[in-house]
Amino acid sequence: MDTIKLTIDNREVEVPRGTTILKAAEQMGIKIPTLCHFELDGLALENRPGGCRVCVVEVVGRRNLAPACITECMPDMVVKTNSFRALNARRTVLELMLSDHPNDCLQCPKSGHCELQSLAADMGIREIPFKGQQSQYAKEFSPSIVRDANKCIMCRRCESVCHEYQSVGAIGAVERGFPAVVSTAFGKNLTDTNCVLCGQCVAVCPTGALAEVDNTGKILRDIANPEVKTCVQVAPAVRVALGEEFGMPPGSIVTGKIAAALKAIGFDYVFDTDWSADLTIMEEGTEVIGRLKAYLAGDKDVKIPIMTSCCPAWVNFYEKFYPELRDYPSTAKSPQGMFGATVKTYFADKIGIPRKNLVCVSVMPCVAKKYECEREELGVNGDPDVNYSITTRELARLIKICNIDFNSLPDAEFDSPLGASTGAAVIFGATGGVMEAALRTAVEVLTGETLPRIDFEEVRGLDGVREATIPVPGVADLKVAVVYGLKNARTIMEQIKAGECPYHFVEVMACPGGCIDGAGQPYHHGDASIIRARHAAIYEADRRMPIRKSHENPEVQAIYKEFYGQPCSEKSHHLLHTIYFDKKIKFDID
Amino acid sequence: MVGPKIKITESNYLKIKEICESFDNNPGELINVLHQTQSHFGYLPEEVQQVVADCLGIPVGRVYGVVSFYSFFTMKPKGKYAISVCLGTACYVKGAEKILDALKSELKISEGGVTEDGRFSLDVLRCVGACGLAPVMTINGKTYGRLVPEHVKEILAEYAE
Repeated sequence: MDTIKLTIDNREVEVPRGTTILKAAEQMGIKIPTLCHFELDGLALENRPGGCRVCVVEVVGRRNLAPACITECMPDMVVKTNSFRALNARRTVLELMLSDHPNDCLQCPKSGHCELQSLAADMGIREIPFKGQQSQYAKEFSPSIVRDANKCIMCRRCESVCHEYQSVGAIGAVERGFPAVVSTAFGKNLTDTNCVLCGQCVAVCPTGALAEVDNTGKILRDIANPEVKTCVQVAPAVRVALGEEFGMPPGSIVTGKIAAALKAIGFDYVFDTDWSADLTIMEEGTEVIGRLKAYLAGDKDVKIPIMTSCCPAWVNFYEKFYPELRDYPSTAKSPQGMFGATVKTYFADKIGIPRKNLVCVSVMPCVAKKYECEREELGVNGDPDVNYSITTRELARLIKICNIDFNSLPDAEFDSPLGASTGAAVIFGATGGVMEAALRTAVEVLTGETLPRIDFEEVRGLDGVREATIPVPGVADLKVAVVYGLKNARTIMEQIKAGECPYHFVEVMACPGGCIDGAGQPYHHGDASIIRARHAAIYEADRRMPIRKSHENPEVQAIYKEFYGQPCSEKSHHLLHTIYFDKKIKFDID
Repeated sequence: MVGPKIKITESNYLKIKEICESFDNNPGELINVLHQTQSHFGYLPEEVQQVVADCLGIPVGRVYGVVSFYSFFTMKPKGKYAISVCLGTACYVKGAEKILDALKSELKISEGGVTEDGRFSLDVLRCVGACGLAPVMTINGKTYGRLVPEHVKEILAEYAE
């Protein structure tokens, strides 16, 4: 490899040509502060505008200071990362930024997780010498995301993720000079734009400019209300991430503690979204098998590839960008939706209360799920199947508000009859998991034989696009693809439009690595090793499960016996499947 | 449960399409497209930007980002005769502000405004590259130089129909 030698802070270092000063310093253990720079290594997510100037360093012989994040190392370069001049410039940059930043850290949703706040602490800022104009934007609410433009520092991470990663382009820089800010087109509410509410802008925002809608107060009120019963469901990816909020190492599996914490908070029934993930496989798997058989029998009208429909941001995406292809995704509701529909019918009846007196809450790694709860079609006469959703971060806050010592909680079990689950369900939390879970069931049903191996390693991994051919003896070679990031999903949709999509079955998740890096998860601040640890933990949780195929879940078998009859029955079509709408912007031409 | 609708007349829609097509619908030509579109319509309202975005295959936020960045682009309709007063350094030193004041009181509008009859709009800009003629103003692209406030009335009279 072509390498060069240079000196950083009086130490010599050898790096590959093209390495930035920031990276070179990093491998020497020198941490140059950054703010706008953001990179999720190996997950193709980055923002390098070189705009904030917090990372400036002195390069001997160079007239001006160099931004370390975008300046490449040159042979024999002499760099000083902590010279008086560099430190002064950095401090001034930060002080100027803070001079137009609200000083309400105590009430800020990002407090304790704010990169601007920790930078100010690290640099020992004690006063702001600059007094000037202050931005005066109003806070803006959508079902999932709260925007507070006064806290925007124009790092444009959100813009990169929205445009480049998701190919949505709902928010970006507008205006110039002092009024320059990240906004939607024409300053509209996110709901009135092409925003799909994936929330990755929230996940990467260094400050409190973007945050999730907080529903913790609603939960406390509902639990205290003697008129209603409360039940809660917890998504797969939450159990491999929540521990981080309590100082545990990334990848800690805290399933039992979560069940215990939710009981301690006071929920009447503590259930598991993993249960309904298994139910999803029964419904979606049956649909896959049905469509595939018809397709292989020569039916020209059947829509292939069939695509997953669990991810609410992905659903928003095809409703807003590809409504003409909305017959391709499975009609199966998401696990959250299936849980809600079952709990408000079957379970409310079982405990003998009207559905409106049963409040169903979900804990999700996601902010788009909050919007999914509000979908009219996922409720009955204005009573939502899932009343509202909280993120993993909100659950951590709730546990702290309720003065529960999470770390010392003894493990508890989820309640029956909507609490048992399998390894196939827990892997829903990682990219490729829904595909693998579906294959574990579908291949057995199609061949009528027990699978010799149930680990479909070929669909696992953390690449944004993965494809595999799964031989199903006596049926076909199944061509499948797994993608995350909506830009990759867009590529598949364009292939379908052009009649060139080679796949039978496609899984799509909006967030990097799937739900493990959902926008409701603990902040990772660009540390991809956290995502990898959660990813490994998901598959570890799968290995630990005694049952690892959805169709073998006893409580799923029971609900079919007692209530739904069989997968894709009339009753399950009514309760467990949904329809999609055309929400594309249209021109009304006259 | 449907997406938002953008109202636009057929002739306007076709005109924007034609402009975009003349640039091969290339998103890299956004600024040129906006220049031509604005010179046709006089301004760039929301629905026009939506059609431009649709033709070029880019998010409307990108279009709005550019329109709101450059002071040349405007989302407000202009008068039939668009007056721009230069407030660049040379013109400013030579008394451009007095010219601007004279226009304001003559037209009874402020900067960025349009007269009630829609005949005149008034804007300021920074340097038209005619500093030798300072102070300068332009009306629909025609340049008037070496101005004194007394000139304003007779120049406006040229546009009295």
